[in-house]
Amino acid sequence: MSNTLLISLVVLGVLGAVLAVVLYIVAQRFKVEENPLIDEAEACLPGANCGGCGFAGCRALAEACVKQAAEKGNIDGLACPGTDMNKVAAVLGLTAGVFEPKIAVVRCNGSCKNSPAKVHYEGADICAFASTLYAGKGGCSKGCMGLGDCVKKCNFGALHIDPETGLPVVDPDKCVGCGVCARTCPRGIIEIRPRGKKDRRVYVCCSNTDKGALVVKNCSVGCIGCQKCLKECPFEAIEMRGNLAYIDPAKCKACGKCAKVCPRGAIHAINFPAPKPEAPAETPEAPKVELEKTVTA
Amino acid sequence: MNNYTISGSPHVHSAENTRKIMYRVILALVPALLVAIYYFGWYALRLTIVTIVTCMLTEWLIQTFLIKGPITVTDGSAALTGLLLAFNVPANLPIWMAIVGSVVAIGIGKMAFGGLGKNPFNPALVGRVFMLVSFPTAMTTWPQAQPIFKSGFFADAITGPTPLGLLKESGVGSLAEAGDMQFLDMVLGNRGGAFGEVCAIALLIGAIYLLARKVIDIWTPLSILLTVFIFTGICWLVNPTHYIAPWYHLVYGGLLLGAFFMATDMVTSPMTTKGKILFGVGIGLITVVIRLWGAYPEGVSFAILIMNAFTPLINKAFKPQVFGTVKPSKK
Amino acid sequence: MNPIKTFKKGGVHPEENKFSADQDFPMPKQIIVPLGQCLGAPAECIVNKGDRVLTGQLIGTAKGFVSANVHSPATGTVAKVDVVMDHSGYYKPAVFIDREEQDEWAPGILVTDELLTDIKLDGKAIIDKVKECGIVGMGGATFPTHVKMMVPEGKKAEYVIINAAECEPYLTCDYRLLLEKTQEFLIGVKIVMKGVGTDKGIIGIETNKMPAIELLDQTIKAHPDLYAGIEVQPLKTKYPQGGEKQIIKAITGREVPSGKLPIETGCVVVNVASTYAIYEAVQKNKPLIERIVTVTGKAIKKPSNFRCRFGVPADLLIEAAGGMPEDITDVINGGPMMGKSVSVTSFPTMKGTSGILLMTLHEAQDRRQTNCIRCGRCAKACPMGLQPFLLHKVAKLNDFDETEKNHIMDCIECGSCEFTCPANIPLLDYIRYGKAKTGAIIKARNQK
Repeated sequence: MSNTLLISLVVLGVLGAVLAVVLYIVAQRFKVEENPLIDEAEACLPGANCGGCGFAGCRALAEACVKQAAEKGNIDGLACPGTDMNKVAAVLGLTAGVFEPKIAVVRCNGSCKNSPAKVHYEGADICAFASTLYAGKGGCSKGCMGLGDCVKKCNFGALHIDPETGLPVVDPDKCVGCGVCARTCPRGIIEIRPRGKKDRRVYVCCSNTDKGALVVKNCSVGCIGCQKCLKECPFEAIEMRGNLAYIDPAKCKACGKCAKVCPRGAIHAINFPAPKPEAPAETPEAPKVELEKTVTA
Repeated sequence: MNNYTISGSPHVHSAENTRKIMYRVILALVPALLVAIYYFGWYALRLTIVTIVTCMLTEWLIQTFLIKGPITVTDGSAALTGLLLAFNVPANLPIWMAIVGSVVAIGIGKMAFGGLGKNPFNPALVGRVFMLVSFPTAMTTWPQAQPIFKSGFFADAITGPTPLGLLKESGVGSLAEAGDMQFLDMVLGNRGGAFGEVCAIALLIGAIYLLARKVIDIWTPLSILLTVFIFTGICWLVNPTHYIAPWYHLVYGGLLLGAFFMATDMVTSPMTTKGKILFGVGIGLITVVIRLWGAYPEGVSFAILIMNAFTPLINKAFKPQVFGTVKPSKK
Repeated sequence: MNPIKTFKKGGVHPEENKFSADQDFPMPKQIIVPLGQCLGAPAECIVNKGDRVLTGQLIGTAKGFVSANVHSPATGTVAKVDVVMDHSGYYKPAVFIDREEQDEWAPGILVTDELLTDIKLDGKAIIDKVKECGIVGMGGATFPTHVKMMVPEGKKAEYVIINAAECEPYLTCDYRLLLEKTQEFLIGVKIVMKGVGTDKGIIGIETNKMPAIELLDQTIKAHPDLYAGIEVQPLKTKYPQGGEKQIIKAITGREVPSGKLPIETGCVVVNVASTYAIYEAVQKNKPLIERIVTVTGKAIKKPSNFRCRFGVPADLLIEAAGGMPEDITDVINGGPMMGKSVSVTSFPTMKGTSGILLMTLHEAQDRRQTNCIRCGRCAKACPMGLQPFLLHKVAKLNDFDETEKNHIMDCIECGSCEFTCPANIPLLDYIRYGKAKTGAIIKARNQK
């Protein structure tokens, strides 16, 4: 009995020792030298691996930062859209540019009410596929399909489809502006824009570049390219892209004047204080409705 | 507006659906059920109703309160599981055991994996094997068939041995001694055993219906039966005093029920013809090995469950040949 | 008659529902001629507002290799060059023509009903003529026919296969054409044979069109010299018998290698309507400006085949077939297996509009999905030997490496898998999505 015990102990002990030596040798031979800075830099990043920086994941960005810092002494051009890169730069003993937080905006307001359904869709819940079959429920060929490709791709849970409007809604607290949704949307409706001072931002909530007459047929809130906003803007921040107005976020000072003149209510001004009493007198109702709606959103 | 439907092609459908398939299988089992009622009377009917109701109720409860998803209890799959479970147990099984078995079959065998289509094992067999190892005595005490017009609808069960049980315990000689264990009785169902498996004729009628409606393929059952026949045939030829003739093996026990109604369960069996044949051969071999040399007299359930586990591998190994990937042999 | 042949792998048997008579369709006041009537790039418009155009006059020139010319289907004035909604509701460029009562044919076009049996042009000239006249595959895919007929260097065409299977249920336009223009069609076959340089032509027809098979057989027998080398091959009625790869396999027993073109097997496959159009083009110099359109459905009053110039709005055809029945839920441009859903019925008919199908809720596919029960019927039905359930799963997970490994690019989108699926899963939707994504990835990789 004691013999059996002894033999087992010796055999297992020797086996363990031999394997330990093998493991040690292998570990030494195949050791990967890694800069500990990479780990530190990675710790500053969100770790969602969203790909918004253009790299495969957060670690890849951290590696690129460390590499570029060593080679060029800066981390210019490398940025996580959701993080202040100064944190990463501090790890590397550098400074980065001013961080401008961004957010996704949905440039379509063709809700069930604004763009009533003419047909109904039955099939795979994929916008990219549905848009090959037809123009859209309401007939607008540039509008949101409402099947939520963007929602499925969002790594931060910042998007959901509002069951009432059938449109995606961005949760400003969760969105980091990584841009995955913007790249996913088959119609390029989602745009990544700066959040703006005090979270105030103004944008055209429509993506339809068709002629006004065609837009009016299908949607009550689509941009018709009348250029009223263009004339109103004191900062020349608005340009026409086809028959669609576009507000350049770099030039826009978020005065909100354009939203007031838009006859279609297609320009949304978000997080502005409620309009002053005299304001409704000079503006049509549409923008006011939008203001109330978007403030709550 | 006109509100036309927008959808990807095709726009027409074969009008086949899961519900139809399930109800066809249930319909195919009705002859066997009628025979069972004829031989086992009230017990058979009571047990069937209990298992079916329990299975459906379990599925409904889980879908309503645990998964909170769509309710698919009326698609017939839970009822089919209940029916097959009843077919696989002794008719005089205590009711509470049948309920436990049904809950296990649906709860663990099916819903734990995500419901219909996602279970790796045949739920009815999971329930049956669970009961077999939990309540070994009750599950192996088989009532004898007694036609209801002789003994009455509510007659008490007389328990007795199954042919395979006799064989296991006392060898081939005992079968010859028991005078009523004739081949014809085996085929008609006048014998002891789980009540769904006793009547070979009724099961074959159901099987032919399923084959005609193209609900099942012939390949799995055919390969099971052929394997069992050949394997036991070889044994019989080698030593006829120790092993019984292969045709008895075909009608004894649950082989027909298993081959036509449980091994062909779409969810847990391979998809391609080659895969189905391999699956069937595997079931046949394991069945015979358990029957001849194993601890249990019957091995179809275990054989099917074991091969169920291999189904994903078989599916991976036997993929259909993609058009245009092999050069035609003659040019 | 030759023994009936078929392809072995997969296939399904949809209800045939072939019924229809035939008639000419009167032209409306204004016609709308889309410029993109073929697979590939739309044609470039060469007329302006106010121009007077003649019937058969070129109004759009092909842009790029895979593209086809567009001709005016009527005589009249160009009202505007604008956009028009196609069947899917997207705006597409089109020429609006206000029509004059009398057709005035463009110069050089021979207007006659006489059968012209003498083929004057040589092979190269035939292909040029086909290109000039804007002929495309009229089965629905609208692939330019001249591209198909150009046999690449080092390859040889052994057979011309005329695809008269018309395996799509409901559609009867090719069948009607075979019955009415038998001789013209057969001359067309001869022209295609001469064009691709072979002396063997095989017409593959499903056996549900027995009268056409007999008529063709008799006609060939009656003129053995004229139609030498043309054979009629009856095919089993089974979907997708008319798939290019399937019909080659059924007739010659050869399999088009995965990812290769049919010419690899020495076959050039041409559609019936295209063959007739080739006859018109080569013998009469008449461009492709009309076709037969099937308007059908179980609920429709007068299921009909209309000989119809392009640019006629589809709702006029529906009107002529007895009007839109009330309980129609699905309008389909093409056949029920591969046709496209229609958003707006005012879309203009084009080269690829083989049929307009109206279906009630009862006829159309029930789309209430249930769980996959792994029955394997989709794999059994797939004529390409794919595993649709697997492709559906990996496409849903956006795993495009797996889709490629499992030969998603070989899918011919016939829809047999979805047709047979007892769980009503939109298999083909996901496979198309996966195919588009995988194709884009492969293309990007090849460009690197």
